[in-house]
Amino acid sequence: MTEQSRIDIRHVTKLYGRTKAVNNVDLTIDGGAYCCMIGPSGCGKTTLLRMIAGHETPTSGSILIGGTDVTTARTGSRGTALMFQNYALFPHLSLTDNVAFSLRVKGVRADDRRQAARDMLDRVQLLHLADRVPSELSGGQQQRVALARALINKPRVLLLDEPLSALDEFLRLKMRVELKRLQNDLGITFIHVTHTQPEAIALADQVVVMDHGLIEQAASPREIYNRPHSPYVARFMGGQNVLAGRVDRIDGTTAVVAGRNGVSYDLTAARGVEPGQNLRFSVRRDRIAVRPEAAARNGLTGRVVNIEYQGTYVKVALETGLGEEFMIYMDDEDYFAHPHRVGDTVHAAWDASMNHHLPGTNDSTGTPHED
Amino acid sequence: MSQSSTRRGMGFYLLAAFFGLFVLFLYGPMLMIFILSFQGPTGGLTFPMRGVSTHWFNDLWTSSRYGDLGGAFRRSLLLGVMAMAITAVVCLFAALGFRRRFWGAGPIFYLSIISLIVPGILLGLGISQLFQLLGLRLAWWLSALGAHLSWTLPFGLLIMFAVLNRFDGSWEEAARDAGARPWQVLGLVTVPILFPGLIAVALFGFTLSYDEMPRSLLTVGGRNTLPIEISNMTTNVTTPALYAIGTVTSAVSFLVIALAFVAIAVIQKQRSRARGRTE
Repeated sequence: MTEQSRIDIRHVTKLYGRTKAVNNVDLTIDGGAYCCMIGPSGCGKTTLLRMIAGHETPTSGSILIGGTDVTTARTGSRGTALMFQNYALFPHLSLTDNVAFSLRVKGVRADDRRQAARDMLDRVQLLHLADRVPSELSGGQQQRVALARALINKPRVLLLDEPLSALDEFLRLKMRVELKRLQNDLGITFIHVTHTQPEAIALADQVVVMDHGLIEQAASPREIYNRPHSPYVARFMGGQNVLAGRVDRIDGTTAVVAGRNGVSYDLTAARGVEPGQNLRFSVRRDRIAVRPEAAARNGLTGRVVNIEYQGTYVKVALETGLGEEFMIYMDDEDYFAHPHRVGDTVHAAWDASMNHHLPGTNDSTGTPHED
Repeated sequence: MSQSSTRRGMGFYLLAAFFGLFVLFLYGPMLMIFILSFQGPTGGLTFPMRGVSTHWFNDLWTSSRYGDLGGAFRRSLLLGVMAMAITAVVCLFAALGFRRRFWGAGPIFYLSIISLIVPGILLGLGISQLFQLLGLRLAWWLSALGAHLSWTLPFGLLIMFAVLNRFDGSWEEAARDAGARPWQVLGLVTVPILFPGLIAVALFGFTLSYDEMPRSLLTVGGRNTLPIEISNMTTNVTTPALYAIGTVTSAVSFLVIALAFVAIAVIQKQRSRARGRTE
């Protein structure tokens, strides 16, 4: 199954008029992987998904599934199944006939296809509603029908277009678990388009971060989260502070960077940088300590502008005069031992190994979509 | 809710009176004609009623005074059915085509809508001139049908646009994604979902053609359609048979509408039975 459901995207470009919705994208998705494509609306993730499904044709480049070129193969004949964002269930058919639809167009006998559809509905625990029409179902039930309809043809690749965005918070978490379990059971490739960071981090084997038709970074969620490629990825995925500075000197493998606030930062593994160069780096928000005095290196000082209690930790936002708010995620016990108030001056410090150089140049703010 | 219902303002009564007048104006004359069509054999065109009978309905069929009423009725009915079928089919595909926003879609749309605005009698005159120029004979099933379509097609197209407004294109994409060929998408998804709207379009096609007069006057050729025949009757018939024919034609219109509703109800019942059969 693994090789059969591998996807190779080679130099794919999609033009709408003069707009490059997808710009010369190269990507390999391993067979049997759970891949999440993430980015702000208009970044090209849905267009890429629709090209894999065959609902759009690339302007140039090719798409291979299981080693076979399917760039111009007919939709519905390439071993993919797409689950639509609004589910697109047929309003005039019962759940059974909705699920059996692809068997019907293939010419499977009515009794056989209905039996297969009922088995599939049983699998998503909706057999008791088999004779209802979609408008009689709740959002979560409709989604399961859409899933059953997509899976009945035994696709090699399941494509999911923002599958959880129409559900409320509780159902979304529940369905997230079910999707992951289903993918484990079936062993086929799932490609899941989302704009929600926790969803991508929680589900994916491979996260593809996109912006303006380009892939910013494609890697494991841990890699994306800990070692973002560019300031945009760091900001969009969250959990990171982005700082800027100029390289002062190089000591062996360590670059000493002078921050705009006059503090020096030691970037232990900054490769290919030269003295005098401007660069950006990130620091994880949950690896920052608060000190009674200003740190000489690898720290900064700011005024508290906002405090949010998050249950297991506390979000403290600092105004540092560097343009971007600096965030500290403090352990709740540590915080409540020495609480701060808005307006307090706070000294932050961290270990030099926490400084992560951002080689990528995409510096857009990438405001994450807050659900 | 309870507060607003306890005190009704002046506006309510004014609007209610206006609505009452409207209903009276709409159905009053029809009701009068309906009642007077059952006038006794010795009665006249106005009240009072001299007995109640179906004499004038009978007179309509048996007397030769009224010209070829039966033939005109048959022609109008057939013409209505032809206009209905063509309107439903053409408007469905035209509206589906307009979704693609092809080059020149705007001008083509306006060109087809203009025939709603052109005075019908002028259009009829133009068609008859054209036929003369081409050396063709005017006939109700050809020139009049064309004239009627110039009226029913743009109307049907506008209704179809409204119907398509609520049609989600992702249904068709889902069908294609499941492997359906274009004709399967059309037959299994698009048409079934649009069917109630299609019946509405067909209904408009029939009724607009069935009582169309200005466009027919100069295009029917030698044999009249029913509205022209009735129009002629109003000038030379002075018996309640005039009312009888009014009652009959109205009844046919209502019958067609009723049939359409029954058709929709039957389809919905079939669908729910199809659901039940999978039990």
